[in-house]
Amino acid sequence: MDTAVTAKKKWWAGGYSPFNVSYGKLMMWYFLMSDAFTFGALLIAYGTIRFSSPSWPDPNEVFKSFPGMGHANLPLMFVSLMTFILIMSSVTMVLAVHAGHMRDKKAVAKWLMWTIVGGIAFLSCQAWEWTHLFHEGAWWGRNPFANVDGTQASTNFTNFFFTITGFHGLHVTSGVILNIVILANVLKGTYEHRGHYEMVEKVGLYWHFVDLVWVFVFTCFYLL
Amino acid sequence: MSNEATLHSQQEVMHGAHDHHDHEHHHEDSFISKYVFSMDHKMIAKQFLITGIVWAIIGAFFSVLFRLQLGFPDATFPWLESILGHWAKGGRISAEAYYALVTMHGTILVFFVLTAGLSGTFSNLLIPLQVGARDMASPFMNCLSYWFFFLASLVMMASLFVQTGPASGGWTMYPPLSALGDASIGSKIGVDLWLTSMALFVVSQLLGGLNYISTLLNMRTKGMAMTKMPLTIWSFFFTAVLGVLSFPVLLSGFILLLMDRHAGTSFYLSDIFIAGKALANEGGSAILYQHLFWFLGHPEVYIIILPAMGMVSEVLAVSSRKPIFGYLAMIGSLFAICILAFLVWAHHMFVTGLNPFLGAFFVLLTLLIAVPSAIKVFNWITTIWKGNINFTPASLFSIGFVSTFISGGLTGIWLGNSSIDIHLHDTMFVIAHFHIVMGVSAFFGMFAGIYHWFPKMYGRFMNNTIGYIHFWVTMIGAYLIFWPMHYEGMAGMPRRYYDVSGWASFKQFGGLNEFITIVVILVFAVQLLFVFNFFYSIFKGRKMTNQNPWNATTLEWTTPIHAGHGNWPGEIPEVYRWAYDYSKDGRDFIPQTEPIGPNESAH
Repeated sequence: MDTAVTAKKKWWAGGYSPFNVSYGKLMMWYFLMSDAFTFGALLIAYGTIRFSSPSWPDPNEVFKSFPGMGHANLPLMFVSLMTFILIMSSVTMVLAVHAGHMRDKKAVAKWLMWTIVGGIAFLSCQAWEWTHLFHEGAWWGRNPFANVDGTQASTNFTNFFFTITGFHGLHVTSGVILNIVILANVLKGTYEHRGHYEMVEKVGLYWHFVDLVWVFVFTCFYLL
Repeated sequence: MSNEATLHSQQEVMHGAHDHHDHEHHHEDSFISKYVFSMDHKMIAKQFLITGIVWAIIGAFFSVLFRLQLGFPDATFPWLESILGHWAKGGRISAEAYYALVTMHGTILVFFVLTAGLSGTFSNLLIPLQVGARDMASPFMNCLSYWFFFLASLVMMASLFVQTGPASGGWTMYPPLSALGDASIGSKIGVDLWLTSMALFVVSQLLGGLNYISTLLNMRTKGMAMTKMPLTIWSFFFTAVLGVLSFPVLLSGFILLLMDRHAGTSFYLSDIFIAGKALANEGGSAILYQHLFWFLGHPEVYIIILPAMGMVSEVLAVSSRKPIFGYLAMIGSLFAICILAFLVWAHHMFVTGLNPFLGAFFVLLTLLIAVPSAIKVFNWITTIWKGNINFTPASLFSIGFVSTFISGGLTGIWLGNSSIDIHLHDTMFVIAHFHIVMGVSAFFGMFAGIYHWFPKMYGRFMNNTIGYIHFWVTMIGAYLIFWPMHYEGMAGMPRRYYDVSGWASFKQFGGLNEFITIVVILVFAVQLLFVFNFFYSIFKGRKMTNQNPWNATTLEWTTPIHAGHGNWPGEIPEVYRWAYDYSKDGRDFIPQTEPIGPNESAH
């Protein structure tokens, strides 16, 4: 095999990975690029329809509720909390990956656990928000919110909101499931036996990606 | 992870709790693990190929049926009623059936045959064999890729048998027609099944594509630098990248379409009347779907043609005993096509209300594709120039490919101009253009590949005589079918119409349409002859006695005639040179595995 590792190693000459990564990680990167195009297409579709509409509802008016706060006017407070939770779960994922490099099984399990908790918390928040909006009369094909200029809005505000945040929520759900599977393997000692925690890194990539997508979804629906 | 480790972990999946394996140690495969849920890339390639052949027969047969309607609009064929039932009452295909047949013909040929059947087959077969890997990076995902394709096939097949018939709004499935079940009988459950099937198909493409990319990047054998790879592998690489980046956009478009159909949304719908009744949908844009669709749709035509280009490059070099001309230019032009593929989609939409100012940029970018295409064409011609050509069926089909790619490509320059397109769009001219440049050409590339690598797949040869008959009838037939369509299109004869005999200006083409239909039947019959040849040769073909029957330089011919799972019985060979050392230093060919000699000239 490649024993003579020199500074002039020809990475592209065959016999080893040119990026010095396993095929699994390479696949994950390409998959994430692919998935970025899925979300990109959805968000561009959203932008297309929004810019061709004469007016659009104001997110500060739509997203102003907070659980247990009654009718207090708290624009974007709840979604900020959701975003904070998701970003924190990315931090704990970084710590899990780091612990994996240290081959610290206990720490990996602990941080993965927190990541899962963060993911579930985010999904619960989303469930509350969806339920709340549903009770206000919003759903696919139904939009109770008026445009910012007072005219009646088309249903595409809610159509896109539920479709894209739903699609993102589906990604978070699958991420949580993957994290649970990996956590089970960590606890079973599969990766300790294998000698490395690369699987944690791979689901970590996916988890960060889902977080990053949320930043864009959050910007498009709540801030703009 | 090294190739060895991959194969080991894969065998563990297959056989459970074995701790240590040796490559020369053969396992007893059960029928299921060998032929059904196989994880050997060679078997998966054959699965893709045979499924593709079945679909090709169905899809081509559909074209025979609707050509009967176009060629003989007044005639009745009682046997049609016996196979199509109420879709062909009195022996004449109904308008609904006609649209269903046209739609399914397009869907089947574009996706199931020329995408899955072509790149699915040859990427699987050739990537591990030609880069020197024991199998794909993830054989399990590879297996899943085929079975998702199979599921997609089942759903699409099922849609042919539902009471309201399959989707029939054209293979592009444009809303609003496809979004509203009330709009047409062909927009009912057929469209749901179509969308489901296509979603499964996208999954299959993704699983396959990720595998192709990571295998050929990560698992090349020692010495196999990227610039030593055969052009087949380069073309599969770009094909896979195109698929991985463009299919997800199509999926997004489909998700929105499915919502419009069932969740009461209006992504693509606005200001619509059905039977005089206004619909509530408001604010959507049908053009949005077209953008999403063609963002895949255009790369898709390169997904279809690039593998054919790669295989033709390889076969032409082997059969003319000359190095490929302009190897780096070939890679560069593949790359340029790959980039431009993403930047030209709106040339399918010049007349749909696209801003003409925007159209100008798409014209420019579209016409730019002529540059890399021309580079490739000149390189192929220069490769066979003064070559000592072995006219095998594979090389004939490769030369045929170059011919059809030129004649179909030139009409693309016409259509790429937005002003000429005003006259030519949606006419038979477009049909002629894309059938020649990507339909016939891609099939020729595929046939070249099948004839050339059949010995590698089955250890036997296909019958040459039938191969020659197949080539000449198909070659001449293809031109006889599609050449006249240019004239029809220039005269304004629309595509997709059920019956054009009602217009005085198109009546003159009655005889021409009959002629085309007769040639279609003839060419279809010859394709069945090819299918017979294929299956007959699997069992009874002339046996391969020489490991390297074409005297080719590439790695796949260094494997045993019946290579087991793992491809090479011992070590994977090391590579020292590029794949095109033909007629060099007085030698006919030098395999890639031979070290460079001290006095060897540079290529």
